[in-house]
Amino acid sequence: MTNADGADWRRRSVVAVMPPARPRKLAKVPFVELADGRLQGVVSSGSDVERVYVSSVTAGTHAYQCSTNNNRPCGGLRGMPCKHLHALADEAVLQYGVDRVARYLRVDVGDGLADGGELLARLDGQAEPASAAVVFSRFLRHLAYLELPVSTVALPELHWFPATGAGR
Amino acid sequence: MRGTQVARLHAVPAGLSDALDVVAGFDDALTDGFGRIGERGVAALAALADALAGTPLDGPVTAAVDAVTAGSAAPEHLAALAGARSALLGAAHDALLGQLDEALGRARSPWTTPTTGPSEAPPALTAARAWWHEVAVTGWRGVDHELLSAAAGVVEACLAVPELRRTAVLLDGLAAELRACVPVATMAQVPARRWADLWARGVLLTQGAPPTGEASTVSGRLLPLGVDVHSHDTAVQVQVHAVLEPADGGPALLVRTGVAAAKVDTIVGPAIWRLLSAHPLLLTALAERRTLTVTDLPLRGGDLSWFDDRVQLDEPADPFATARVLLPVASTAASDPLDRHPTGIAEPVLVEGTAIRDEDGTLAVEVDGERVALAVDRLPAAGPLTADLVAAASACLGLLRWDDGRWLLQPLAVRATVKRRTVQAHNGDWACGVTDPKVAKEEARAGDAVAVLRERAGRLLRR
Repeated sequence: MTNADGADWRRRSVVAVMPPARPRKLAKVPFVELADGRLQGVVSSGSDVERVYVSSVTAGTHAYQCSTNNNRPCGGLRGMPCKHLHALADEAVLQYGVDRVARYLRVDVGDGLADGGELLARLDGQAEPASAAVVFSRFLRHLAYLELPVSTVALPELHWFPATGAGR
Repeated sequence: MRGTQVARLHAVPAGLSDALDVVAGFDDALTDGFGRIGERGVAALAALADALAGTPLDGPVTAAVDAVTAGSAAPEHLAALAGARSALLGAAHDALLGQLDEALGRARSPWTTPTTGPSEAPPALTAARAWWHEVAVTGWRGVDHELLSAAAGVVEACLAVPELRRTAVLLDGLAAELRACVPVATMAQVPARRWADLWARGVLLTQGAPPTGEASTVSGRLLPLGVDVHSHDTAVQVQVHAVLEPADGGPALLVRTGVAAAKVDTIVGPAIWRLLSAHPLLLTALAERRTLTVTDLPLRGGDLSWFDDRVQLDEPADPFATARVLLPVASTAASDPLDRHPTGIAEPVLVEGTAIRDEDGTLAVEVDGERVALAVDRLPAAGPLTADLVAAASACLGLLRWDDGRWLLQPLAVRATVKRRTVQAHNGDWACGVTDPKVAKEEARAGDAVAVLRERAGRLLRR
């Protein structure tokens, strides 16, 4: 196996096309992803265990949004990203590395970014309404993986996906 | 493994590089897409048809090449092309494995389980087939968010059908890579061989749910050699390589058995073992290096199906001793015809020699002056093996693998001298919990990812 930036991988079957997610604490932000052209995720409410916030930043336009999973707008959005968006950005940087997040969102990293807060400070977008439903249903689908029954059916195709020492 | 055996392994089988050139041409054509095939693509497909001339695939492949060239490829045409590519790599697999068996003196019985026709295709499989067709027409360079959203739907539908788990896991792994690479058109280099491998396997898997034919059953003593860990964002599998001493006194058999679980991308490292807690006996056998008594486990080729209720824990046994005594005499069996691909080659060997660093920094093991490169990037974070430990090894129990023209040794366990003490480290050492205090502390600090997500699932999923 070789890494993406390694030598010729055109003729290799086993290549680490992307680095796996880096380990991070999940209690505050159980779900982060770079998908559908957005950095999006779910942030647990600090006060109510039954409530979660759905936060997102759109790539390119940098429009951002935060609301509860029932589409009630987050009270912390007052012309600038709320604490949930800060938590989302910080955890995304931990999980993917700052370069990958910045590249996905098309943020100019200039001479480097230290954390999610600096990343958000470089955004030039506005708060714009977006439906929390799509992201929240992706989160539920994410959680549903852990509910799938364990299988003893051999999966020979996983020989293309060896576990690596990444994240050690 | 001795130096003379390594030397014989390094000889290149006749015709291998020609076959791989034909495959590479096909892979480039797939990268550009079969929807708008150019002159180079047409030539590559003609070469593929030539390579299959005179075989049972001759007719279907020629028809498929004509259809693609005319811009009217139907799903059965692309299935024929996937079959042709798989047949070439299957032949490469057989040549490489035959050479390995000859070098090691390993006896391998042919595949005998009857292959019946595929059973009826459930709707989710039809959807998967349509997706593989569309991506081949588009080509990797044309993959966009829309096609990937469609893949997510297919994965969800396939996950709901237990018989389609292989299709779901394969497509989910590929889709995550494509998602990370979109827009593929701007990539300097496309992993053409890899993605075409996954595409061809995906197409073949959607030709019908595989028949679950009757397997023979075996009983006896199972002596684990080591465990190979596979994972992508949403799946993990541990595959145990072991020697089975049949209860009827028959010759020792080299077998593989394993279990898998679904996961999410944030569950990595030693946490993956907690996902397999439904198989406590397997985990204990790995963590404590114990043998197992198995009763009536189904065996297809060299693949033993795992059932916790047919297994009992037995005495501890040193996997290095098992390898030294039983590997040279154990016989093995051919794999399922569908699984014949060089990437599936994973043959256990014991190498007692010194690890050395080559000039370019890669690690290799040297026996009697003959070298095999070590696949140190395949040391899972779920276990204690690290590149430094492997570099200090005096013995290595590992899997011989082959990729891109060379053999590699993937360590599953090493014996090394650390601070003047001889230590052993095995991939499965942490199956029942991390035993290294430093790593355990880091784990504790990060918290239990599985527990946090299960708590969230419990609150949010069933409402």
